[in-house]
Amino acid sequence: MAHDVTTGVPASPSAPAGGGAGARAEGTPGRGRRGGHWTAWAFLAPIVIYLLAFYAYPLYRNLDLSLRHYTVRSFVQGDAPFSGFDNYRDVFADPAFGPALLHTLTFTVVSIAFQFAIGLALAVFFAQNFRLSATLRALFLVPWLLPLIVSASTWTWMLNSDSGIVNHALELIHVDPVNWLTSPDWALTSVIIANVWIGIPFNLVVLYSGLQAIPAEVHEAASIDGANGWQRFWRVTFPLLRPVSAITLLLGLVYTLKVFDLIWIMTKGGPADASITFATWSYRFSFGSLLPEFGPGAAVGNLLIVMALFFGLLYIRFQRRQA
Amino acid sequence: MRRAKTVLGLIFTAIMLFPVYWMINVSFTRDTDMRADPPHLFPLDGTLEGYRAVLDQQLPYLGTSLIVGLGTVALTLALSAPAGFALAKLRPKGGGVLSFVLLIAQMIPGIIMAMGFYAIYLRLGVLNTVGGLILADSTIAVPFGVLIFTAFMSGIPDELIHAAMIDGATTWRTFVSVILPVSRNAIVTVSLFAFLWAWSDFVFATTLDGGGDAQPITLGIYHYIGNNNQQWNAIMATAVIASIPATLLLILAQRYVAAGVTAGAVKD
Repeated sequence: MAHDVTTGVPASPSAPAGGGAGARAEGTPGRGRRGGHWTAWAFLAPIVIYLLAFYAYPLYRNLDLSLRHYTVRSFVQGDAPFSGFDNYRDVFADPAFGPALLHTLTFTVVSIAFQFAIGLALAVFFAQNFRLSATLRALFLVPWLLPLIVSASTWTWMLNSDSGIVNHALELIHVDPVNWLTSPDWALTSVIIANVWIGIPFNLVVLYSGLQAIPAEVHEAASIDGANGWQRFWRVTFPLLRPVSAITLLLGLVYTLKVFDLIWIMTKGGPADASITFATWSYRFSFGSLLPEFGPGAAVGNLLIVMALFFGLLYIRFQRRQA
Repeated sequence: MRRAKTVLGLIFTAIMLFPVYWMINVSFTRDTDMRADPPHLFPLDGTLEGYRAVLDQQLPYLGTSLIVGLGTVALTLALSAPAGFALAKLRPKGGGVLSFVLLIAQMIPGIIMAMGFYAIYLRLGVLNTVGGLILADSTIAVPFGVLIFTAFMSGIPDELIHAAMIDGATTWRTFVSVILPVSRNAIVTVSLFAFLWAWSDFVFATTLDGGGDAQPITLGIYHYIGNNNQQWNAIMATAVIASIPATLLLILAQRYVAAGVTAGAVKD
């Protein structure tokens, strides 16, 4: 029992995140403890107050910011005039809107495609349980655990145009050096590469635990029927892994949409908006210059929430159906 | 055949961890060799210059990060353990809605929370305070904490609680003396992630604590990159030091980490 989290979870990675409480509540009915209704809410009171004060209120403030015309002075004094959807109109009309939307989508989709494909390939590879496989699999977690500022600054130096190791490696195979972070053609690619590196471990671990949950007999039966490794993967493993894959992809979408640190540290969204995304654009409005524009910043942020919640709700719906 | 797989596994791991190696290598490289062509692959005649710079300049930042990390852990545990217990074992009406709200809360981009916090903190005058940063950082970990505690405590047999109740223990007493001691694994998992996320946080630090005396190590590195981008050995040495908590975590608590990731753990 004491191992519930450590061993129980990997067998069904979806259970806890999918509101396990609701799912399990039906299993063991309250057994007459309904009288303790108030006791229960006494236990929940701190978190409810917390959610209202530190989630709901900041979000409300953010919505309020996006609907008013703020200047630095009125931001401090809090008497900015209501301006309806003006900030949103300004944002839509901004020349950076198109690029920001396109880059957000490109960054998210390309990152996830590579993270998932590489993560899945590695999960299948590590599932073969060779010598050292558990240790090496654990080492793969390192990039995911490092502070983002550490990964971002390391990649910044590795991708340095003149002295970076990446361009030196290219030189060895007679490829011209690339201005990874300073050329508008390559900046987005550079942050995607770094982000794929960071995201592979998450995909590997979740997909690996999904693979572990597939009974070995299934593979044995397929082998006996004469399926080779390739066929076994595409005809047996991959279809059985579909629920876990969907969950991994949807969670990845939600969390890649909001990537901010990495891009801001590596390129600040530049050069010339070449790697600007909604998250970095929003930050730049509000904090990126000496003259903050909180209204448009909040408006962009709220657009980002809508995108994240769309995929988030899709994920929760999917989770519930699995349970 | 099996040996070939081990070799292949080693090669994959080496490729994956190359940036980490490179960070360590550069942290020992002398300034004069920093732009050498070809670059020095091993820090053969290395220097501790970078680490000396860390000791001279970055210790206050590290101290702040430690306090912020521990404060975030305490706040996260205090909020999420009782909530997890109530949702898993007391199951009040409306508990399902709360779980749903927590799931949604987890998905809100940090940058948007940061903007709301900034507006509020500015009015309250708590910008650039350690307490304010702890509070903001805890929003990354609290929903995750509740989910982990709920999932874990659902696995604790009801008989254990009934036995305590029959012995005359109040619900609070049962929670403290019966539930918490057997929930050690969940407490460790939540603490580890809360600490790591607070330690790694950049978004809240840069928006809410960018101008104070007590800034965390993530800002220490960020200012370093901004100010003297020639001294890469010092920057990378700071990065190496800032990676120590993550490394310790992986060595000492690997099984908790894997459990945390698969439980829908999320990096902000």
